[in-house]
Amino acid sequence: MHDLLLKVENLEAWYGESHVLHGVGFEIGRGELVTLLGRNGAGKTTTLRSIMGIVGRRKGSIRFDNQETVGRTSDFIARLGIAYCPEERGIFSSLNVEENLLLPPVVKPGGMGIKEIYGLFPNLEERRRSQGTKLSGGEQQMLAIGRILRTGANLLLLDEPTEGLAPVIVQRIGDIVRQLKQRGFTILLVEQNFHFAATIADRHYVMEDGRVVDMIAAADVAQSIDKLQTYLGV
Amino acid sequence: MLDIFSIPLPALFGQLLLGLINGAFYAMLSLGLAVIFGMLNVINFTHGAQYMLGAFAAWLMLTNLSIPFWASLVLAPLIVGLFGVVIERLFLKRIYHLDHLYGFLLTFGMALVIEGLFQWRWGSSGAPYPAPIPGGYNLGFMYMPAYRGFVVLAALVICLATWYGIERTRLGAYLRAATENPTLVRAFGINVPLLITLTYGLGVGLAALAGVLAAPIQQVSALMGSNLVLVVFAVVVIGGMGSIMGSIITGFGLGLIEGFTKVVYPPASNTVIFVVMALVLMVKPAGLFGQTK
Amino acid sequence: MKNQRFVVAAGLIVLALIAPMVVYPVFLMTALCFALFACAFNLLLGYAGLMSFGHAMFFGMGGYFFGHVVKAMGLPPEAGLIAGVAGAALLGLVTGALAIRRQGIYFAMITLAFAQMVYFFCVQAPFTHGEDGLQGIPRRALLGGLIPIENDLVLYYVVLAIFLFGFAAIYRFTHSPFGQVLKAIRDNEQRALSLGYEADRYKLLAFVLSAALAGLAGATKAMVLQFATLTDVSAAMSGEVVLMALVGGLGTNTGPVLGAFVIVAMQNYLASFGEFVLVIQGAIFVVIVMAFRKGLVGEIGDWLKARRKAS
Repeated sequence: MHDLLLKVENLEAWYGESHVLHGVGFEIGRGELVTLLGRNGAGKTTTLRSIMGIVGRRKGSIRFDNQETVGRTSDFIARLGIAYCPEERGIFSSLNVEENLLLPPVVKPGGMGIKEIYGLFPNLEERRRSQGTKLSGGEQQMLAIGRILRTGANLLLLDEPTEGLAPVIVQRIGDIVRQLKQRGFTILLVEQNFHFAATIADRHYVMEDGRVVDMIAAADVAQSIDKLQTYLGV
Repeated sequence: MLDIFSIPLPALFGQLLLGLINGAFYAMLSLGLAVIFGMLNVINFTHGAQYMLGAFAAWLMLTNLSIPFWASLVLAPLIVGLFGVVIERLFLKRIYHLDHLYGFLLTFGMALVIEGLFQWRWGSSGAPYPAPIPGGYNLGFMYMPAYRGFVVLAALVICLATWYGIERTRLGAYLRAATENPTLVRAFGINVPLLITLTYGLGVGLAALAGVLAAPIQQVSALMGSNLVLVVFAVVVIGGMGSIMGSIITGFGLGLIEGFTKVVYPPASNTVIFVVMALVLMVKPAGLFGQTK
Repeated sequence: MKNQRFVVAAGLIVLALIAPMVVYPVFLMTALCFALFACAFNLLLGYAGLMSFGHAMFFGMGGYFFGHVVKAMGLPPEAGLIAGVAGAALLGLVTGALAIRRQGIYFAMITLAFAQMVYFFCVQAPFTHGEDGLQGIPRRALLGGLIPIENDLVLYYVVLAIFLFGFAAIYRFTHSPFGQVLKAIRDNEQRALSLGYEADRYKLLAFVLSAALAGLAGATKAMVLQFATLTDVSAAMSGEVVLMALVGGLGTNTGPVLGAFVIVAMQNYLASFGEFVLVIQGAIFVVIVMAFRKGLVGEIGDWLKARRKAS
């Protein structure tokens, strides 16, 4: 971890009155693929949303590329080069597939071209004129990932990209996430599906009750399996 | 043989043309209302006053600065649109988190202030605005004043351009997406608050443009928009606010229905749109082009 | 606490009884009519969560019905009042049945549109006498000559009684099981539906009751001022009653009464400003929505609470 891209320290976050994060801290090096694991309600999604600046209130520090982002608006944060793929996918029904794909503006040079993205997701090209929400769940997930690859963002926040999808599709998405890592993207992945996460990640952070409680490197997963099972309650 | 219900054809076409002109204004105004509501969640009661401001801006520029109609067609919407931008930044911006009704009440109050001030300064009797295109054409079955023909065409072009801008361009895609999920659109790096301000300016500018077009047809007066906006509300309920093309079709269609009623049964011409609204509420409460939420 | 409230209520009634000795009775009567109108509007907003922006149609038509029955048909004022209430209720039944098919902002726009339709109808219909309106409606004695309302002071007590009757009716209605169901529907319509309540019928009944009381207010106003004109059916009047409720406090019981007195007093005081009254009303709308959304009653209540806490 010679080259730090994201450093989160003492992060607290609120939705209205409810205090969800109580001092989250972790870091991600450039080019790494890191997961946040934990049970439902541990604060994983809120952590992603806090990085993106779309929770009610935040305290603490989130430094991206050595720049503090707490106190900044989400559009500013996005233009620094962070892109977000939400759990509910957020495909727009009033936009067709191609419009959805072209929606996020390019914030930095170096993003993928539309041809390249269609190469990665041939289905999307076939259905580029369809209404975004008419796609199948798997296709919508691919669209949600595909549209954040164009922008030149180098940190991708993926929230449960495999949720509710058939095993074949989960495998496809796993391949794609691996390809994205090879291409140099830094990825922070939230996953319920530990087996999926274990096959692709460099490191895992474990969250409990709004805090990061442990870090397990990919090499240590096999010997930490018991510990992980208690954390995740599987 | 040329008579329908024993009404002479020239009278019928004359009224249908008037209906089409009214419909053009309904379409332009309901379009602006729908776009503003989509983005701001505010029913802009000030729309009629802003239409009046467009007509007044053109009239004042002509009488005080000798600025011709064609320049006003561009300048007046810009000026009034900028005024809208100021209103959005100073007032509307602060109430988005509240119930929609507060936006309605706020813009109603602003309409009272604007119309009251103009009435106080210029009285309620109207001022004439000379027709920018004189003359007309004899079409055989009716006489068509040149300017009225121009208004219908211009309104059609404006409506279709607005439709194209929203449904087919990149900025339009931002607008549609932000209407659905502003938080996510902002998290993609788009300055949504700016987009909202611009949308309001655009909707208000559209109302002002309609006002400029109306100036040579109607008298320019402080209250010229106050009844119109109420009819436009009915148009919006009939069409439903979900679809841009729906607003355009509903606006023109209702204008024609109104014109036709003027020929067949004149006393009902003022109320026919409201009757249509009642019928639509019975059959399809969400409106002809609306989706039930 | 309950005692305190009783003392306040009794004090207010005594105040209302001696008020005409001090204040010009016609002003008081006008204000009471508007207060009843505002309470009727507020019944629908506060208990059904429906904001009507077309209540002038009931208020204005109540006045026209009263005037027509008393002036053109020569019947006694009791018949005029009944006609005003019944006519407004019927109008409320028809427009309400359609308007409650939508909610929120659409409901406001639909009621506004129906009121505009009624307005255009009144401009043309022969019995309203169009722009001239019904003028010189005779004031005949009530109860076959027993109550000589030609006298302003006597009429004042009649109007006060009508107001108290209307206010009590609203209180009774909102504190009945029916009112409770209505509140449940307002707070969560889906839940009320799943509990087996036919939400639309409750809303419609509230709408009709609100319309009937607005009609009573309009008829009473025509009895007091002896005319009925287009002003009372106009969209501006619909806006005015919203303003009264807003100034007093939306959804509070006493707010609309206070708001009506404030606005009527303001109009009396500012009558010489002509068009500027509209500007001032508009400005009040803006200021209240921006800064004092709870209205007078709400803000005073908060202030009292804060003081009690402090002491």
